[in-house]
Amino acid sequence: MSTDEIDYGRRRMLLAATAAMGGVGAVYVATPFVLSMDPSEKAKAAGAPIDVDISKLEPGQVMTVEWRGKPVWVLRRNEQMLKTLPELDKFLRDPNSDELSQQPVYTKNPQRSINPEYMVMIGICTHLGCSPTYRPEFAPPDLGPEWKGGFFCPCHGSTYDLAGRVYAGMPAPSNLVIPPHHYVSATRLLVGVDPEVV
Amino acid sequence: MFDKISRRLGDLREWADARFPLTAFWQDHLVKYYAPKNLNFWYFFGSLAFLVLVIQLLTGIFLTMNYKPTADTAFASVEYIMRDVNWGWLIRYMHSTGASFFFIVIYLHMFRALLYGSYRRPRELLWVFGMLIFVVLMAEAFMGYLLPWGQMSFWGAQVIISLFGAIPYIGDDLALWIRGDFVVADATLNRFFAFHVIAFPLLLIGLVLFHMIALHSVGSNNPDGIEIKKKKDEDGVPLDGIPFHPYYTVKDMVGVVVFLIIFSAVIFYAPEMGGWFLEKDNFVPADPLKTPEHIAPLWYFTPFYAILRAVPDKFLGVVAMGSSMAVLFLLPWLDRSPVRSIRYRGPWFKLALSVFVVSFVGLAYLGTVAATPLATLFSRIFSVLYFAFFLLMPIYSQWDKTKPLPERVTEK
Repeated sequence: MSTDEIDYGRRRMLLAATAAMGGVGAVYVATPFVLSMDPSEKAKAAGAPIDVDISKLEPGQVMTVEWRGKPVWVLRRNEQMLKTLPELDKFLRDPNSDELSQQPVYTKNPQRSINPEYMVMIGICTHLGCSPTYRPEFAPPDLGPEWKGGFFCPCHGSTYDLAGRVYAGMPAPSNLVIPPHHYVSATRLLVGVDPEVV
Repeated sequence: MFDKISRRLGDLREWADARFPLTAFWQDHLVKYYAPKNLNFWYFFGSLAFLVLVIQLLTGIFLTMNYKPTADTAFASVEYIMRDVNWGWLIRYMHSTGASFFFIVIYLHMFRALLYGSYRRPRELLWVFGMLIFVVLMAEAFMGYLLPWGQMSFWGAQVIISLFGAIPYIGDDLALWIRGDFVVADATLNRFFAFHVIAFPLLLIGLVLFHMIALHSVGSNNPDGIEIKKKKDEDGVPLDGIPFHPYYTVKDMVGVVVFLIIFSAVIFYAPEMGGWFLEKDNFVPADPLKTPEHIAPLWYFTPFYAILRAVPDKFLGVVAMGSSMAVLFLLPWLDRSPVRSIRYRGPWFKLALSVFVVSFVGLAYLGTVAATPLATLFSRIFSVLYFAFFLLMPIYSQWDKTKPLPERVTEK
């Protein structure tokens, strides 16, 4: 091969190889910057479990506590509230809590709770993250005559029943999430930790 | 004496020209840059958009001197600017009013392009750069709105970031990565501050530069939608073109004065604009445990937000909202009419454009009200009409009966 002839194939190959190597380097350099935006160790550590005293909660009352920066509701349901739950099954998207990611296994039951009287759930709408409003009254004008109490999201109108189960045809795709929790005593609740293996 | 000075200045210019294209730039982009002589009222909004950009950059710099981007201090530091910093209220109101005026000006600027077909060949890239500016501007405005750390800031950000969570498989991790915490928190506020004051403004300025380079390469369209470059005199100057400077610089200054009168009137007499420019709930500090009774984004996002709400499915709603913006990028390739300007188009396009304007304004209104069944029904109708305007355009723009184009631009 004469010296004044340009080998274009070789030139292209070298160009491509150099560009590929540079690309790999760029990805390596970008990695620390991209990962620096993930939750920091401090943010992750803030997810420690919290102790909740539920002794002062009256039937029909809901209390809000903060866990991992999110509102966690503890709702004390009375007899009448519990009775409405099975009647609503046909209006709901997932009445039997079949979507497993929405609750721990020990709350996959008709009342979605360990103790039917106390409902524990994260008060963040599964649609776009607003916090729904507690609407325990029967058949208010804005929610219609069929309303038997539950939660209403002011952002996009999703509705949930008193077990945090979403109504069908709502923008929200799933039931409200139940955090891991267990009872330390009859009136003390630990949110953030599963019950010890039974 | 004056001769001497002007000779010295001439020497100085020569010295500079040998080292930097000073005179060439001045000539290529101002005194020998020819714009159509029939540009009308609608052509004010390009230069006005640039003016608002400058206002936002300047006021932004001064706000940064007193604003503190942490969850504990942000709300109080904005109130400090409003009450205790000398003239802080004025600078802050200029910035917050400027945000809304930016969108008013940009929407009118985009509407001008629709009227006169300014996005048509060979101005497709000019339009695409413009659309990129629009999208970056929306991100910039959204992140800026989080900074006062009020209730609307917080919950608005929570909703919009959750939109990314609707993407299958990677959504939840992506939303977590954007927030930097499990909910909107201090980390989110701090990074949004970084994006709002440096990353996105740089991007915006870069895109504006590209927009200008593209514009000056193809030249302005005009209300007749015909190319002035097709008819040139023996020196190569378009017969219907006039030098940008002094003709349009002077004309634009009139526009600037009128704009500043209106802008000042709002800043001094109605900076909150009855809740349209600064929402009432945003005067309450952010509370991560309680969503306000009624949340709505600021008016400039509501058309797209109404489309999101119209779809009764989380993922498809996000897809519809994304598509409503993406479809705008495709406009140059959807329009198949033989003419550009509405002046020579037939009844079909005029009808379609009217329906589009009604739908867009309708959606903008519906995005601000609560999602009642009636509002949802109308949102759905308007959303369908919004998309129909674009997706049926290849058909009706071709069918339309157009009028013959004039040889030279007309002046009314």
